[in-house]
Amino acid sequence: MKVRIAYSKLGKVRFLGHLDMARLWERAFRKAGLPVAVSTGFTPRQKLSFGLALPTAAESLVELLEVTFDTERVDVEVQDLPSRLSGLLPEGIVVVGAAMVEAGSVSLQEDVTATTWVLSIDHPAPELATRIASVMGAAECWLERERKGERRRDDVRPGLLGLEIASPTCLLGLPSEWKASATGTLVEATLTTAGRGIRPTEVVEVLLPGVQPWDVLDRVLRTTQWIERPEATCAPFGVRIRKELDNERQLTGR
Amino acid sequence: MTSLWPRVEPLLARVRKPARYIGCEDGAVVPVHGRSKVAWLLAYPDVYEVGLPNQGLQILYEILNERDDAVAERTYAPWVDLEALMRERGIPLFSVDAHRAAGDFDLIAFNLSAELVYTNVLNMLDLAGVPVHAARRRPEDPLVVIGGHAAFNPEPLADFIDLAVLGEGEEVIGEITEIVREWKVGGRTEGSRQTVLRALAQVPGVYVPSLYDVVYEGERTVSIEPKFDDVPRLVTKRTVADLGRWDYPRRPLAPLTEVVHDRLAVEVFRGCTRGCRFCQAGMITRPVRERPAEQVRTMITEGLRRTGYNEVSLTSLSTADFSGIEQVVSGIVPDPTACGAPTISLPSLRVDAFTVGLADKVSSGRRSGLTFAPEAGTWRLRTVINKLITEEDLYGAVESAFSSGWSRAKLYFLTGLPTETDDDTRGIAELAAGCVRVGRQHTKRASVTVSVGGFVPKPHTPFQWFGQNGVEELQRKINLVRGAVGKGSGVQVKWHDPRASLAEGLASRGDRRMGAVIERVWRNGGTFQEWSEFFDLERWTDAVAAEGLDTDWYVTRHRTEDELLPWEHLSAGLHRDFLWQDWRAALDEHGLPDCRWTPCYDCGVCTGDGLEHIVASPVPPAGGSQGTGQDLSRGGEVPVKVRT
Repeated sequence: MKVRIAYSKLGKVRFLGHLDMARLWERAFRKAGLPVAVSTGFTPRQKLSFGLALPTAAESLVELLEVTFDTERVDVEVQDLPSRLSGLLPEGIVVVGAAMVEAGSVSLQEDVTATTWVLSIDHPAPELATRIASVMGAAECWLERERKGERRRDDVRPGLLGLEIASPTCLLGLPSEWKASATGTLVEATLTTAGRGIRPTEVVEVLLPGVQPWDVLDRVLRTTQWIERPEATCAPFGVRIRKELDNERQLTGR
Repeated sequence: MTSLWPRVEPLLARVRKPARYIGCEDGAVVPVHGRSKVAWLLAYPDVYEVGLPNQGLQILYEILNERDDAVAERTYAPWVDLEALMRERGIPLFSVDAHRAAGDFDLIAFNLSAELVYTNVLNMLDLAGVPVHAARRRPEDPLVVIGGHAAFNPEPLADFIDLAVLGEGEEVIGEITEIVREWKVGGRTEGSRQTVLRALAQVPGVYVPSLYDVVYEGERTVSIEPKFDDVPRLVTKRTVADLGRWDYPRRPLAPLTEVVHDRLAVEVFRGCTRGCRFCQAGMITRPVRERPAEQVRTMITEGLRRTGYNEVSLTSLSTADFSGIEQVVSGIVPDPTACGAPTISLPSLRVDAFTVGLADKVSSGRRSGLTFAPEAGTWRLRTVINKLITEEDLYGAVESAFSSGWSRAKLYFLTGLPTETDDDTRGIAELAAGCVRVGRQHTKRASVTVSVGGFVPKPHTPFQWFGQNGVEELQRKINLVRGAVGKGSGVQVKWHDPRASLAEGLASRGDRRMGAVIERVWRNGGTFQEWSEFFDLERWTDAVAAEGLDTDWYVTRHRTEDELLPWEHLSAGLHRDFLWQDWRAALDEHGLPDCRWTPCYDCGVCTGDGLEHIVASPVPPAGGSQGTGQDLSRGGEVPVKVRT
């Protein structure tokens, strides 16, 4: 049985890297006594697959992972998973949803086509608004960046689906603790995952050329992972979605 | 109790591996401080990945936090990138639990497992805003404590510490807490620091260096005398009589980020009486005290359940010697919800076929390599160092390993040992080649890695009188081994930098005058000296010269019987006479079997402390030749002469 799990990662644990998270989940499933299926071979590994890596130091309201259970060994009640697992994970990691997925469905990495972020940037809002307007108004946006150890110049404009100073409605959906600790100007960005995607830190580089992103990037939070279905665009597990309809139009009308 | 987290947090996205500064581990406590609670900061003077798994620190952390009158947090050396940002912004050293400033604790207790970390101790104190010199500390500054194996010669750190604790900490930390609590509740008034130190000096196992006068004549130490009548002339180590009463850690710390030993550790016994003469750990942790097998099993089951690990390491100085080993190993059953049975790893494999059989039984999955430590290349030299392994033992072990599916073996050797000849040194390559020959009968891929380390004589061992080999001599011997290994022979040679061995030698047997050298190395930027990218021998030799001292006098000189050693007022329970006789026996190539199963040699530990070896089985474990009642003369080797 394959199950998709959504969890949040907020606070101190945001400094855990992607590989640390994988180890943490393996231990959590064992602590919970859940019958995770294992690969065959010399080094049996739990059958877990993780979605798009969240950069170290970024937070998220919705991270995804898929786990295969061997229900012939022990039965698993999917609706119990959030409560069973959350207490076994460190503070800041909370399981917010779990749902069965059909065998043979596309992988998480392929399924998610866009992600929305809120960036807290230590820079005056009016200037950022001007920069955003000029970037989004242009047909191209060239950025010199490093990929796989190589410096290269890419047009990152196609990767920018949405970029704006965060609206009051956007702020409504954010945890109050997070809002209280984020001290910069909040910018909302929706980015494609396909092709040569653009990272949240690179959004900062585009907006404020010449600045080291982490010198001004106070907090960064992934708020939504978008999954497109023929009928509509939706986020998994009924995680509360802001501006769901707006995004739906924007994403499906691409 | 202000938290430094709001100031630390903005820095973490800019440093490498920030997860090592956040705490939040499974097993970590939420510390509750109070005016009548003694606040301990348990410090490890190396990076988090190395320090977190340290069992001594985890045990004391838990025991202290269980007390009503104490609270403990932890800290590790911040890596150089974070340290630079902290210094730039004036952020002091902080605990990882509640991110509290180190200077706000009542005690900062360093766990010292090796000598090259000494400069990090100074650096961490300085980063904490605590004066590095004990004499300059004010009533509001924490007491600086050291413990761990290297604390058995605390003299090089005498100027920087308030107290050293010799031996095992489980019981003594409670006694220290009670005295420090009175001091704290009393308001730590001006001048009270001396009073509390004087009171602490009365606690058995506690050594307060500032209460002793050390007199030198020329280079030699001529007297070490307490300044007051109520200060003990001889400080003797603490030993926990019954390990079964201390089943810690009960809540092992499972880190959120990868560390060097990323598995559950369960300590199966303390002490070792194999009597290897180079081994400080074996000498200073006597007698042998086994944990009841049933308790080991409970600790494994509980620990795995709590942490979610699926691998457990059974730790001790020689785990195959644990008399309950078969009982423990056969008691581990697969959990239907987990990935099959947990893997048991046995560090410090004994060199014999029995041990490999055991490793075969417990290992699941990949078999990359097994590690053995014959330590010396010839039987003659092994009788000198009392590592009584015959070639047959080794080849039997290797045969067993390669025939059970392993394709690589790693062999640990020391070079620069007493009486070592070039034939002994070349013997390392011959033994390794022999192992490859044995292995190739089973697999064409058989290969052996030889790891050669320069021998550094340690205090409280029979070799404490031996003059260490210098850098050039060690390098020559390493080159001998490399030269004796043929191309395509399947033997690969790795070695420890002899320059680091020299620096280690300076600190290992140094006296109080070495403190100025350590301080100078630190002030010149020499932190993280265990990390080759930061180690620079010139920093050490320049500092020795600048202090008007002589490296050779400290490191390469043989000591004589009548010489007063700098740690003579500190005791691991071993009689000086026993150590000296064992040193003479070594030079005569006399071996000394394990006293667990032979009559007592009166080393002094058991009789002095009213203790006995606690061994569950009266009969020696199967396999292995040393001290096990088996014929030591087999294999046509020269029989070992057993001193009576």
